[in-house]
Amino acid sequence: MLDNLDELFKGFGYTLFLFLVSAVASLVLGTVLVAMRVGPIGVLRAVGAIYVSVVRNTPLVLIFIFFHFAAPILGINFRWVQVHVGGFDFTSAFATAFVALSLYTACFVCEALRSGVNAVPMGQAEAARAIGLPFGGVMTQVVLPQAVRASVPPLASALIAMLKNTSVAGVFFLAEALATMRGLTNDYSSERIGIFACFAVGYILLVEIVSMISLGFERRWRIA
Amino acid sequence: MTVTDDVPVDNTARRSGDPLVELVDVQKWYGGLHVLQDINLTVGRGEVVVVIGPSGSGKSTLCRTINRLEPIDSGQILVDGAALPQEGKALARHRADVGMVFQSFNLFAHKTILENVTLGPIKVRKQSKAQAEDRARDLLDRVGVAHQADKYPAQLSGGQQQRVAIARALAMEPKVMLFDEPTSALDPEMIKEVLDVMVDLAERGMTMIVVTHEMGFARTAANRVVFMADGRILETADPHTFFTNPQSDRAKDFLGKILKH
Ligand SMILES: Nc1ncnc2c1ncn2[C@@H]1O[C@H](COP(=O)(O)OP(=O)(O)OP(=O)(O)O)[C@@H](O)[C@H]1O
Ligand SMILES: [Mg+2]
Repeated sequence: MLDNLDELFKGFGYTLFLFLVSAVASLVLGTVLVAMRVGPIGVLRAVGAIYVSVVRNTPLVLIFIFFHFAAPILGINFRWVQVHVGGFDFTSAFATAFVALSLYTACFVCEALRSGVNAVPMGQAEAARAIGLPFGGVMTQVVLPQAVRASVPPLASALIAMLKNTSVAGVFFLAEALATMRGLTNDYSSERIGIFACFAVGYILLVEIVSMISLGFERRWRIA
Repeated sequence: MTVTDDVPVDNTARRSGDPLVELVDVQKWYGGLHVLQDINLTVGRGEVVVVIGPSGSGKSTLCRTINRLEPIDSGQILVDGAALPQEGKALARHRADVGMVFQSFNLFAHKTILENVTLGPIKVRKQSKAQAEDRARDLLDRVGVAHQADKYPAQLSGGQQQRVAIARALAMEPKVMLFDEPTSALDPEMIKEVLDVMVDLAERGMTMIVVTHEMGFARTAANRVVFMADGRILETADPHTFFTNPQSDRAKDFLGKILKH
């Protein structure tokens, strides 16, 4: 196993990259979705609600399957993605995983933020409207900053679930951690237990890091 | 000048008489409940109007319709000659001109006292940060909480928070200020410090619509008292006349109840 440490690191490298870019994208998209869902425009509210209930209730694997097999038929494909950084190749498999994970996780981010928005007293938004802030200002200056504080724990849960969900990409041709592990256990079947243990520790470490960051934010915002 | 002196403010001179806020035949329903019925009210520039009445009579709703936190079903509301815009940017601009002070203060919990006061001037009035902070410090000084500028709202007493809320509204340089029971959530010893700020504001000529049961304030600072019951304005009179010689039975009954305590 020790001889294959570089493979292990490379696998987790893909996992980590995929996690980071998808986390940013799903946080952005989730924020847009929650603004739609709590906003004053009925059509956007409906679109947001439908998006969340459809995507959230679809198994992630199905979303991957859609982007791998159905979307190309409809003319949506990511074959044009060809980025090579160091020893890493970011191609269609990576881009597909990124899109599927981000679209999926955005729903959970949206709902985590929405629970936070609901925790912000009505009077906060009213006071913000009363000084003449338009809807965008009410959200970005007053409601969302407080909602984010209240949603740190559920947001962390959503991101941790996504971190583990990156493993689905392993089934769809991305050589991230899980796929690497499968490869290694096939090649060194007598060391299976050890290999499993190494990868389990890798995932646990990554999840712990996300939890610690979330705890840090919770502490920092407790007083204010 | 404090509210306990019970000497009326002589502000008849500064009342120019031209109407600043006009409500014409305003009707509003909450489902089957007719909360505002045939409301006609004109408030002149520089005038201080106190709205009183039993719980559930529609006082808060009346206040909130004036900056359209609540839409109305029919009738018209004009502020400085212009009808209230329906939605969007124009409405936001209108709200900037109408200051509002809430019973529960509603200071922005995640912002410091100073940031609470500068947010509107910076984001809505597009003032520079330095300019907004200068003015905010002056206003905080005026309401007596200058030394709390860097604290968060939760670290202040109710009376201090409400005075900050008044400063926050004043920072927008509003044409009119609405107060919805600004002292009802306060401990008795803090009521006076807030009322003193409001009396000072009245003396400086601010147009004010104040929902309150503080008779001292009404007698001292108000030009007119409006009595509401069941969604209607039943009586309008100067404070002295209203408190000594109410016309309607509802008002007599109501005054009997609150003056007994
Ligand atoms: N959002 C709402 N939906 C339905 N009914 C409402 C709503 N807000 C207020 N009401 C009802 O409208 C009536 C008038 O309420 P309002 O708050 O204006 O009264 P108020 O005179 O301010 O009373 P209080 O002295 O208790 O503050 C009450 O019967 C109240 O229950
Ligand atoms: Mg009320």
